[in-house]
Order: sequence, then structure tokens, then C-alpha cells
Amino acid sequence: MFPPLQDLYRIAPELVLCAFGMLVMLIDPFVPAGRKRSMGWLAFVGTLVALASLRWAALNQGAAYSGLFRVDMFSLFVHAIVIGVAALAILGSFDYLDREDIQRGEYYALILFATAGMGILAGATELLTAFVGLEMSSISTYILVGFRRTVLKSNESSLKYFLLGSFATAFFLYGIALTYGATRSTRFDVINQAIAAHGAGPLLILGLGLIFVGLGFKVVAAPFQIYTPDVYEGAPTPVTAILACGPKAAAFAVMLRIFYSAFGNASHVWFWAIWVSAVLTMCIGNFAALVQTNVKRLLAYSSIAHAGYILVAFVSASEIGVAAVLFYLAAYAAMTLGAFLIVAHVGGTNEERLNIEDYAGLGAKHPWIAACFALFLFSLLGLPATGGFLGKLYAFQAALDQRIVWLVVIAAVNSVIGAYYYLRVVVAMYFHEPNKEWAPTPMHAPMFIVLLVTAAATIYFGVLPNRIMELALASARSLR
Amino acid sequence: MGEHNYLLTVLTFFPLMGAFTLLLLSGDDHVWIRRFTLFASVIEFIMSLFLLRGFNLADSGYQFEEFYAWIPSLHIHYHMGIDGISLFLIILTTFLTPLAALCSWNSIHEHVKEFFAMLLVLEMGMVGVFCALDLFLFFVFWEVMLIPMYFLIGIWGHGRKVYAALKFILYTMLGSILMLVGILWLYHLSGAAGNPTFDLPAIVGMLRSGQISLPWHSELLLFLAFILAFAIKVPVFPLHTWLPDAHTEAPTAGSVILAGVLLKMGTYGMLRFCLPLFPEASHRAAPVIAVLAIIGIIYAALVAMIQHDLKRLVAYTSVSHLGFVVLGIFVFNPTAMEGAIYQMLNHGVSTGMLFLVCGMIYDRRHTYEFSELGGLAKPMPVLCGFFLFACLSSLALPMLNGFIGEFMVLIGTFEHHPAWAAWAATGAVLSAVYLLWAYQKVAMEKVTVTKNENLPDASPRERLILITASVVIVFMGVASPLFTHRMDATTNALLQQVGDRTGYAARRVAPQTARPMQHELALRSVTLERRAQP
Repeated sequence: MFPPLQDLYRIAPELVLCAFGMLVMLIDPFVPAGRKRSMGWLAFVGTLVALASLRWAALNQGAAYSGLFRVDMFSLFVHAIVIGVAALAILGSFDYLDREDIQRGEYYALILFATAGMGILAGATELLTAFVGLEMSSISTYILVGFRRTVLKSNESSLKYFLLGSFATAFFLYGIALTYGATRSTRFDVINQAIAAHGAGPLLILGLGLIFVGLGFKVVAAPFQIYTPDVYEGAPTPVTAILACGPKAAAFAVMLRIFYSAFGNASHVWFWAIWVSAVLTMCIGNFAALVQTNVKRLLAYSSIAHAGYILVAFVSASEIGVAAVLFYLAAYAAMTLGAFLIVAHVGGTNEERLNIEDYAGLGAKHPWIAACFALFLFSLLGLPATGGFLGKLYAFQAALDQRIVWLVVIAAVNSVIGAYYYLRVVVAMYFHEPNKEWAPTPMHAPMFIVLLVTAAATIYFGVLPNRIMELALASARSLR
Repeated sequence: MGEHNYLLTVLTFFPLMGAFTLLLLSGDDHVWIRRFTLFASVIEFIMSLFLLRGFNLADSGYQFEEFYAWIPSLHIHYHMGIDGISLFLIILTTFLTPLAALCSWNSIHEHVKEFFAMLLVLEMGMVGVFCALDLFLFFVFWEVMLIPMYFLIGIWGHGRKVYAALKFILYTMLGSILMLVGILWLYHLSGAAGNPTFDLPAIVGMLRSGQISLPWHSELLLFLAFILAFAIKVPVFPLHTWLPDAHTEAPTAGSVILAGVLLKMGTYGMLRFCLPLFPEASHRAAPVIAVLAIIGIIYAALVAMIQHDLKRLVAYTSVSHLGFVVLGIFVFNPTAMEGAIYQMLNHGVSTGMLFLVCGMIYDRRHTYEFSELGGLAKPMPVLCGFFLFACLSSLALPMLNGFIGEFMVLIGTFEHHPAWAAWAATGAVLSAVYLLWAYQKVAMEKVTVTKNENLPDASPRERLILITASVVIVFMGVASPLFTHRMDATTNALLQQVGDRTGYAARRVAPQTARPMQHELALRSVTLERRAQP
């Protein structure tokens, strides 16, 4: 039986992304080696069309495929983040791939497929659909991480990511199985009703725990963050940028749906688990970042710390909490994407310049790149008038609203610890004399656009956040 | 208020516009960069004087108020306004910035454009801090201001500048992040009372009317969260260690602004936030804070005496003098409080001038070591004359500004706590010792280092700076009522808000013997009478 036409409208963004992905794969063999960049532009157009098709999906909100998938403000919001990340990352990859001599069509196709997977995650209202989305995005990113196939480090991180990721997925599946055993359904609304009727038995709690393991891996919540620095360091930097923003946003989205709507009646069960995980995530991320000398690793640890701040909002189990998570994800995506892409640009051929000392004197030699990087770092640090600050503020406020005071105090102290290592990079850029001659590849228009957009977004989120906050709040209200 | 409605916004963001305009100039055009900065900051100063004209003496509330919705989803407003406390602090800021720009005229050689742009951005942050009446808005300015200062110290400072810059920013952030949690907690409380807001007057109103009821232990925690941020900024005794480093390594303009304005933000914060928001906790904590302030006064004075670096010595005088201000705030007495506010202004001008002189000496000799200086009065009589003048102002010579402030604080303190006043007064004596000592080592005796023999005396530009500062010092010394009158309404209202009581210690004593109480009442009526006279 063919699904009703409206359901196709509802998954229009995913269809568009997959169609463009396949198109890229099909055309790619016929494109001469020197002109592979055109595949990137095609993929970029694909993301733009997907963004436009969000509008179409928005006009057809509601449950699709008999409750497996749902289009609501929440899923649209997350779609906008992950597709936006993909679009900007594609633009930011052009120079990098040329430099590393790995300009290939499948790179862009894989980004599109991964993004489609993330989109499915954002809209899934059933555990197996979520699993499909998770796998789709994971498998694509496993390949992307190892895309510098001649580089040992890239291979290592790909393998590590694949093995640990498969492990996590297996946990996730076990969790689904147990949940199904306890409630006889994998649909969120049915699970919710079952918990309301019979309470959460040990089987269900175990299932939830295993699901948390699987998703905690994707959002890099402690203690499942172990792989992060190695994988982030080994992956091609534009891929790291995607990893840090896209899958994290999508996984947080599905985690919100599972914990809030499916297991919303069992929030007392997961409250302390997330609370402890938030503390661990923040502390591990921040303290480990203190001693890093490699900027890419430093940002990897920082992304762990930021997952912790997001978990602070997550714990609050309230509408504002959801809105805070969403706002944070959007602000975080802008600044992290910008920061990693600058690392990709400064890194140079073979990613040789990744150490903090390599940034010495950047402020004097390349004032605009340095200014943008400083802006992103200040935003990550949580300085007012940037998106990062508003994100943190919103998250803390959501938690305080539920009288979760000590977690907020721990998070606040953590953000000062974070200030130290972000400032170390700023110190190098502005206070140190350049120690090596370095002529970066000239910045081309695509990269310039990416920096412009991410920097503008970072300031926009910090100074005029109201529109986005209202959207986030509306999304939170639509979450079911 | 009509015509003045946008004055505060203009005052706050005019320097920022100036900084952006500066960025358009060519980086090599040093002359015009300096001229433009000076021009912009002087215009800013003149505009700030319009505040005096429109300021209503009798009004104890906020004036020049502006109120717009900024982030409605979080109930954040753009709420600006000033009262008798912030009025002169704004003018102090706009007064010191052109001086700072002038004194950097020839001493900044690298990244000149960025330096002056940072100076203007800093001015924006400082004026904003003094104008903001929304807790969120205040916090934004409070934090944003750190960045230009951080760069000023880190890029254009000397010696261990990176260390000093990092120490400065991390210290301040640690304090302020807990204040942020406190602010959010207040927001939560106001939301629980049905009217979520970050608006300071609204929250104070809700606290006073009992709409928000704070159990004493949470009030104390909140108070601690706020006071820690401010005490680090002031700095109050055990938290002062960032200051000597930051001061010593900062460029002259940075030190002037740091000592002149940034430190006042701490004491301003206490007056603006701690006292009205947490009156009960303020009273409970007052003895501790006052004792810390007194320890700071004496300890910093003693430490200043053994310095062999001129700038470090001046830095320690700040710790000592700010102790008086903190003491004056926490004895809850109108005279002392006005003295404290006045002392904030005095310290800004006097210590600012001391740092200016230090900078001028440094421009010539590139050192602050006493052993490298000595006998400078011979080659540089004019400069050293002004140096002496600044020292005298700082050590509170009668007729000069420092005297009035310190005297008012001491007199006000003495009314309730004679012992505190006695201990604090030793600080005034000690300040004469270390400042005159410093003058002696720098200017008097024989020229010991041959390099010093032919140093040029103050240039016309430097004379202009020093004369301007001196005129203000004398003016503030003889015409203090012009200033204090404008603070009367606000201080009285503030003290009424915190429940014009006599502090924890006095309350404990009061029930046992009736006499001190009567004595106090008599004293207070005298004060009030004095106040009633025009």
C-alpha cells in the first residue's frame, strides 16, 4: 500500500537530501578529476533546496507513516540546524579538500546522506525509526571520518569511531528490545501510556539505561565521551566540524523526544542519571581541555564540556528546558562550526599547524581571521553579547527554574575553568610574536561566506536572540 | 524628561561608534587616530556634562530613564537610568578617558589604531555599567568591559603582561559568574512571585513589598554571590592579589582607567545591588566586611611601604584607599556613605593623576624601580611638582579632594564604631608615610643615575594633562557641596531602604543599655539638621 501523499511532503527534506546525494553519486563518475568541486556545489544546492522544502513540510505538520515520524515545530527547528550545518560545512570543505587532494564527489554525497539520517532522527516518534536515522547518519560519518585514507591518523579514528559506534548502537538496540518487551510497543506515545498505566518496571528502566548509553555516545555525554578527542583529531577538520554540530544536535533531539515524551512519566528515574552525567561531562571536558596543546583536541574537549552544559538544561525536564536545549544547539552550531573551519583553514596542508603555538601572532598577520576566531572562542567561553552566553544563560535559567541550584553552580564554575583554555588560544593569537613563517592559502569566497554567516549568527544570537528563543519555545511546546 | 530621553544611550554608545569610525582610518595614520580619539572622548565628556544640567536634586529615584523591551521571551529590558550615585561616576569616566588618550599619545607605538579603539570600547562598557538598571544589561556591560581591558594589559603592557592579563580576567570572571547565578536566581524568584523580570527597581520593589520573601539563609547566599564579584573588583583585602600585577604591567592609560574607574565598579555594585537587594544580609555581613576593609587599609599601606617599584606602590595605595570606601558603605550612615561615594571620585582623580605621573616617568626611563630613579626634581622640577601635588591629594591633605572623602567616612564611622574609625585612621597616617617616602625616593636627594641628569621636563601636552587633573583636585577639595548635594537625596533614600540602622554590633548592644541608643539618636538628629540646611 502506498503511503498517502501528505506523508511524502512531510519527509520532503529527507527525500530532497537523498535525491541530491544519489544524483551526486550518479554524476560523479562522469566529472573529470579536476572539476569535482562542481559536485560540492551540487550538494550545496541540495541543502538549499532541502532548507526550502522545510517550508513545505511546515505546511503539512502532523504525524506521518502511522505515527513513526512527526513533523512539528520541534523537528523543523532541528532540521534547520542540521541542514544549515551541512550547507556551511560543504562550503567550508572546498579549499580543504583541494589542499588535501581528496576532492571527491562521494564526500559531498555522504554529507547529504548523513544529514538525511539526522533529519530522520529529529522527527522520529518511534524507536526503530530513530534507529534507522541513527544508523544512516552514523555509517555515513564513519566513512567521512576516514576520508583522508592515506593518513594513518584518519584511518585510526575512523576505525575507533566505527567500533565504538557499533557498540553504542548495539546498546541502543538492546534498549529498544527491552523497552518493547516491557511495553509491547516502540512508539513513543504508547510507551508513555504504558508507563502512565503501569509505572516503570525494572525492565523498562534497564531499557532506558541502554538507550541512554547509545545516545550518550552520540551526544558525547560522559562516561561515553572517551572516543571524542581521538576521533575529532583524526577526522578531516571540516568533518570534525560536522560531527561536533550535526549528529550532536540530532541525537539531542531524539533524546529529548525519548526522555521527555516516551519516558516523560519516568523523569524521576532518569533525573539523577542525567544530573551525574552532566557534572562528569562538564568536568571531564573542561579539565582535560586545560592541558591540551593541540587546538583541534582542545576544541574536541570543549565540545564535550558544551554537551555538559546542554545536559544542564536537559535535566530540568520542563518546556523551558527543551527550548534552552534547542537554543543552545543552534548557538553552539554557529560558533563551533566557525571555530573548526578556521582550524581547518589555519591548519594548512596535511593539517600541520594545529598547535596553539602555531597561532602565535595571527592577530597581527591575519586580523580578520583572528578576530573571527576570537569571537567564536569568546562565544564558547560564554561572554555576553555572543550566542554562547545567551545559550548558557537560558540553560542555567531553565535549571534554576526547577530549583536545580547546585548543578548550575557547578556549571558556572566550570565555565570559568573553560575561560582559561579558550583564552590561551587568544593569548597566542594576540600576545605572542609569530614564531614561524606562514602563508595560508588565500581565503576564497565560499570560506569567506561561511565565516561571515557563522560570525553574524553568533552575534545575532547574542544580541537579538528573541526571535530564535520564541521559535525554540514554540518548538518546545510542540514536542510530544 | 523630554529632551534628555536618549542621553544615556547616546553617552553609552557614542564611544563605540567612535571606535568603529576609528577602524575605518588607515592604520598608519597615527596622528589622526590619536586626534580623533581625543576629539571623540572630549565630545563624550562635554555631553556627559549635560547630565548635570538636567539632574533633579530633589529626586531620589532614577533620572534620565529609558525603558524598552529587549528580549521579551526572557523578560529582559533595556533599562537605563542614573541617580546621585552614578551621576558623577559617569562624569569621572568620561573625564579620565581623554586624559588616558592624551597620556598614551607618544607611548604607544604598535597597533595604535587597535589601542585607541579598545580604549573607546572600554569607555562604552564603563558608562554602560553605571547606567544599566536591568540586571542582565548590567551583567552584559560588566563582562564585555573585561575584554578591552584584557587586551590593553596583554598587548600593550610590559613585563609579565600575559600573566597579569590572564590573572585579571580569570579572577574577575570567577567572581562574576556566581553573580550571574545569583541574578538568575532572583529572576526565578520574581517569576515565582508572578512577575518574572530582570529589572532592578522592580525586583527591589517586590522584595520590599514582600511579594518575594527570602528566607535569611538564601538571602545570605545571594548576597555572597553578589558581594564576591564586587569584592574581587574593588578589591577587598584577601581578594586583592590580582591588582598589583594588573596595575604594574598595564600601560599607563590602562592603569589610569583601571584605578580610576574599574575599581569603583565594585563599590558601585555594592551600593547599587547588595544594599537595596539584600538589606538584612548586608547588615549581618557588615562587621565582617568592615573589618576586612580595615585590614585592607592597614595591610596594603604596610605592603606599599616596602615596595621598590613606584607603580606597584601606587597600586597598593588603591587597595588601601578603596578600603575607606568599603568601610564607608558598610557602616550605614549618611555621612559615611556620602564620604564613600565622594572618595570614589577623589580616588579616581588622585590615583589617576599618580598613575599619569608614573607613566610620564616611565616614558623617559622605562623603569619604575626606585633604585633607578632619585633626584628627579632637579632635571624635572615641573613634573615632580605635580607629582608631589598628586601625592598630597592622595594622602588627604586638607583643602584637597582626598581629605573631604576620608574625613566624612571617618566621622560617619566614628558615630557608631569609634574603634573602627580609630583603626582606619591609622591608614590615613600611613598613607602620608609611604607616599612622601615614594616622593622622596623619586624626586629628592641627589641624582644617582647618570642617565637621569638630562631628562626633559614635562612637555606642553603633559602639562595640559597634569594641570587639568590638578584643577579638578583643587576644585573638588574646596567645592565639595556642589558634589555631595547631588548625592543627598539618593543616599538618604538608599539608607532608608536598607533600614537606616546602626549595624549588627550596635543592635546587639542597644537593648542592654539605653544610653548609646539615645546618643545615636541625638547624633542622627544633628546630622539631619545639618542636612536640612541648604
